[in-house]
Amino acid sequence: MTIGAEEVEVGMRLPTRTVTLTRADLVRYAGASEDFNPVHWNPRVAREAGMPDVIAHGMLTMAVAARAVTDWVRDPGAIVEYHTRFSKPVVVPDDDRGTDIEIQGHIGALLDGGRARIDLTVTSGGAKVLSEARAVVRLKP
Amino acid sequence: MALNPQCVGTKYPPARPYPVESETIRRFAEAIGDPAAVYTDPESARALGHPDAVAPPTFPFIVVARAVRDVVDFEELGFDATYVVHGNQRFDYGRPVRSGDRLVTTLEITGARKLRGRDVLSLRADLADADGAHVVTTHMTFVSMNAVEGGERDDDRR
Repeated sequence: MTIGAEEVEVGMRLPTRTVTLTRADLVRYAGASEDFNPVHWNPRVAREAGMPDVIAHGMLTMAVAARAVTDWVRDPGAIVEYHTRFSKPVVVPDDDRGTDIEIQGHIGALLDGGRARIDLTVTSGGAKVLSEARAVVRLKP
Repeated sequence: MALNPQCVGTKYPPARPYPVESETIRRFAEAIGDPAAVYTDPESARALGHPDAVAPPTFPFIVVARAVRDVVDFEELGFDATYVVHGNQRFDYGRPVRSGDRLVTTLEITGARKLRGRDVLSLRADLADADGAHVVTTHMTFVSMNAVEGGERDDDRR
């Protein structure tokens, strides 16, 4: 059941989460999304494109950040809008540690029609990798 | 090659329908690390009021990307797609995509500009189901990166 309007206040924070991406995750995502852009698996091409190393698909970062919203609102069908700018690439080196992405969110506004806007802060290595990341969800009346 | 601003306003014919299959959704949910049952178990999805398992919210981008590959000729637009990065992405949902959908994507070029020396192509995609009902609209920008000799590309710091 979607989270109810009575449970939501402006400023409320969503639980913070950390997601770790490894090269293997990028391979899996490339296959699942049919995005075989070599900057996401080939270090030589990534460097030719001006990156220090292989980078994660922007859409993969956007997807893992969305989970903070869907887990909180309890129904992916409650999302009416989701948008972001890809501000910095997530570099994923060839090691067993992977790269951590921190996802924080808070209720930025309550909107008419029983909707709430969630503002996400998504960082990696202390820098924002997504900026202006926001979702609008429809709450249970 | 230079991105031709005259291409703004180009509306492409609808791409061939994309059949959304439960296995594709399952594989995608696994790849993004989300085990929520609503994506894989029709009963859990129905408990939330959906007719069948639904796709995660960024799944429609796969459908749009396939349509772009089918109908858009970047060379014809003067857009160098050798090294493309995603600038921004927006989804406006009518309803979640679900297993069994046959989605038709209609693309339109909404912008062609230069930003900090790089060509930026903006596209809008409207996805409709087999009955023609609106499912989701996406807006996105793609940035053409120039090949550089090592070093990071510069980005704004916001």
